[in-house]
Amino acid sequence: MNAIRTLLAAACVALLATPVVAAGGGKEAPARQWAHSGLFGTFDRAALRRGARVYMEVCSACHGLRLVAYRNLMEIGFSENEVKKISAEKEVPAEPNDDGEVELRPALPADKFVSPFNNENAARAANGGAYPPDLSLIVKARPGGADYLHALLTGYKDEAPAGVTVPEGMNYNEYFAGNMIAMAAPLSEEAVEYADGTKATVEQMSEDVSVFLAWAAEPELEERKRMGIKVILFLLVLTGLLYVVKRRIWADVH
Amino acid sequence: MSKFQKPAWLDNGLVRWVDHRLPVFSFMSHELYEYPTPRNLNYWWNFGSLAGIVLVIMIVTGITLAMHYTPSTALAFDSVERIMRDVNYGWLIRYIHMNGASMFFIVIYIHIFRGLYFGSYKAPREILWMLGVVILLLMMATAFMGYVLPWGQMSFWGATVITNLFSAIPWGIGDWIVTLLWGGFAVDNPTLNRFFSLHYLLPFVIVGVVVLHIWALHVHGSNNPIGIDTKGEQDVLPFHPYYTVKDMFGLGVFLIVFALFIFFAPNYMGHPDNYIPANALSTPAHIVPEWYFLPFYAILRAVPDNFIGGWTTEWLGFIIFEAKLAGVLAMFGAIAVLFVLPWLDRSPVRSSRFRPMYKWFFWIFAIDCVVLGYMGALPAEGIYIVIGRIATVYYFAHFLVVLPLLAKVEKTRELPKSISEPVLGGGGIAAGAAAKPMEKA
Ligand code: HEC
Ligand code: HEM
Repeated sequence: MNAIRTLLAAACVALLATPVVAAGGGKEAPARQWAHSGLFGTFDRAALRRGARVYMEVCSACHGLRLVAYRNLMEIGFSENEVKKISAEKEVPAEPNDDGEVELRPALPADKFVSPFNNENAARAANGGAYPPDLSLIVKARPGGADYLHALLTGYKDEAPAGVTVPEGMNYNEYFAGNMIAMAAPLSEEAVEYADGTKATVEQMSEDVSVFLAWAAEPELEERKRMGIKVILFLLVLTGLLYVVKRRIWADVH
Repeated sequence: MSKFQKPAWLDNGLVRWVDHRLPVFSFMSHELYEYPTPRNLNYWWNFGSLAGIVLVIMIVTGITLAMHYTPSTALAFDSVERIMRDVNYGWLIRYIHMNGASMFFIVIYIHIFRGLYFGSYKAPREILWMLGVVILLLMMATAFMGYVLPWGQMSFWGATVITNLFSAIPWGIGDWIVTLLWGGFAVDNPTLNRFFSLHYLLPFVIVGVVVLHIWALHVHGSNNPIGIDTKGEQDVLPFHPYYTVKDMFGLGVFLIVFALFIFFAPNYMGHPDNYIPANALSTPAHIVPEWYFLPFYAILRAVPDNFIGGWTTEWLGFIIFEAKLAGVLAMFGAIAVLFVLPWLDRSPVRSSRFRPMYKWFFWIFAIDCVVLGYMGALPAEGIYIVIGRIATVYYFAHFLVVLPLLAKVEKTRELPKSISEPVLGGGGIAAGAAAKPMEKA
C-alpha cells in the first residue's frame, strides 16, 4: 500500500503544480457557488429561462449566440410553440428561388441563433470600433467562467479611481482586463420584465444571464456529471474487486 | 518448473493448426503469459502498460473524432463545436481525447522518472531507453499538432511561435523548414491540413516504435527496484496472472483519476483562450503551451536576448549562435542529453536504493523540472527570468556534471545477493553468482 500512497501523493503534487495565470489587468472574479457547480450540480431551470430572456432582450442587440440553435431552448424547458415564436422573429436567407434570387425567410427552430451583425466590420462600425464577441462559448473562453461574467456585468464603476482617466466611449470596469471596456453597462434596473414575477435587479439579471450562458457553453454539463457519477461508482467497485483478486493471486508470493 | 506452465488454450486444435503455420499463439504465450518477470516490481512498474493502453485510447477516440472533424481554417473550430454539441456522445469522445493527451504525458513522465530513479537506462537496456526517448519526441510532435487542430487562439498562436523557432537554424535551412511546415508564408489553411495529416499518421509511427521498445524490453526483461539482474526461477514470476492482474488493478486506479477529469473538470488542463476562434490579427496576452511542454518552454526562454555565442568548426568556419538559435538548441538539447544518459552516468549500480548520493540528486533534479514547469507558465519577467535561468543551467549540470562526477566519488551500498533473498527475508535459494554490481551483457 505504501507505493499506492506515494502514487496518490505524486498525483496531488502534479495537480497543485499547475500554475494558474490570470489575464493581466482585471481583478480576479470572486468564486461563487452556482447550482450547476460541484459533482451533482444541475442548472437552475428558472434562472435559465429568465437568463434566456435577458440575453434575447438585451445582449442579443450586440452579441451573437451562433453555436446554439433555437430548438436547443427546448432542452431547458421552452415549449415547441414558444421556440417557434422566438425563431420566427428573426430572418435568415432562404434557398435560392426558381429565379435564383435569395430571399429572406423567418428562422426555424432548427436554425442557429441569428447574429445581430452580418460580419465583424458591421459589428465594429455599430460599436464605435469595438467588437462584441459571440457569447456561445464566452463562459469557457474566460478564466473564471460564469464567476467572471457575473463579476463583469456588475463590476461597472461610475467613478474611476483617482488618477485614472476613462477615454471617450470607454467605461471603467473592475474585472475587465485593463479595466477600460467599450461595452457600456448593459443592464439597468428593470431592463426586462420577468414572466415569473422575479424582481429584475441588475444583480438578478446578471446572475440569470450568466447561468444561461454557462448552459450555452456547456449544454452537456448535466448529462456529463450524471454519467460521471455512474462511471466513477462503477470504476470504484471494479477497482476494489481487482484489488481483492490481486491480493488473492499474490498471496502465495509475499 | 511448474509455475511456468504453458496456457491450456495452446492445446486447442484450431489454435495448434494456426500456430503450426503462423506461431502467433506461442508468441503470445511466450511474451505475455509465461514471460518471466522479476518478482519484486513495485507500482512504479505499472506505468509502461498504462502508457500502452492510453495510446490505444488516443487512437480509438482520435479516429472517431476524425470522422466528424473538418481540417479547414473556415470550418475547423465549428466542426469541433459540432462534435461537442450535435454528435452523439461527441463531447465524451473529445473530452477523452483532450484529457487523454494530458494523462498520456503524466503517465510517460512518471515512467521516465521511474527509469531515472532505478537506473533502468543502464546496460543492457540502453537501446530500450533510447527508443523511449524517440517515443517521447514523437508524442510531443503529435500533441503539438493535435493542439493546432481545433483552431482556437492558442492553437494558432502556439503553432506560430513554435514553427517560427525553426527559422533560427542558419544557412537558409531554417527558413526552408518553416516554409515547408507552413505550406506557405504564414500559419494558414495548408498548415492546418498538413498538421491534420501528420497528426493522424504519427500515432501509428509511435505504435511501431512501441513494438521495438517492447521487443528490446523482452530481450533482457524488466529492471527492478533493487536493480540487480535476476539469477534464476526463484527471482521471477510468470507475467500472467501475477502482473496482468496487478496491471489491471493499476488501470482501474488510473481510470478513476482520468474519469474525474473527463466528467468533472474537462477543461482544467486546457487554456480558456482555445475556446476563442483563431484570429491572426489579435495576439493573446500570454501565449502559453500546454502544461506538458512548459519545462521545455522555460528552457527555450532562458537564453538572454542579447546572447551571442560562437563556435569555430573545421568545415563550416565560424558559427554565431544568436539568442534564438541558442534557445532552440538548449530546448532540443534538453532531450538530446536523455539520449546519451546511459553514457553520462557511468556508475555501475542501477538502483538509487544503493546510491545514497544519487538519490538526493535525483530528487533535486525532479524539483528542478517542476520549477522549470512553473517558470514556463509565468510571464518571463523580473525574478522569474533569473529562476528560469538557474533551473535551466541546473538541468544540464545534472546530466553533464553531477552524474559523471557521482560515478567517481559516490560510495554505493552493498548490493543484495539476489532478488529472492531480500524478498524472502534471506530464506531464498542462494544464487550461484556473488553480488557483482551489474552484469555487462
Ligand atoms: C450596445 C451593445 C452591447 C450590448 C447590449 C451588450 N454588449 Fe457586451 N459587449 C459590447 C462590446 C462593444 C464589447 C467589447 C468590449 C471591448 O472589447 O472593450 C462587449 C463585450 C462583452 C463581453 C466580453 C468581455 C471580455 O472579457 O472580453 C461580454 C462577456 C459581454 N459583452 C457580455 C454581455 C452581456 C451578457 C450582455 C447582456 C446582458 C451584453 N454584453 C450586452 C457591446 C454590447
Ligand atoms: C499519440 C496519440 C495522440 C495524442 C497525444 C493526441 C493529442 C491531441 C491533442 C492534444 C488534441 C487537441 C485537443 C483539443 O484541445 O481539442 C488532439 C485533437 C485531435 N486529434 Fe489527436 N492525439 C493522438 C492521437 C490521435 C489519433 C490516432 C487520431 C486519429 C486520426 C487523432 C485525431 C484528432 C482529431 C481529429 C483532433 C481534433 C479534434 C479536437 O480538437 O478535439 N488523434 N489530439
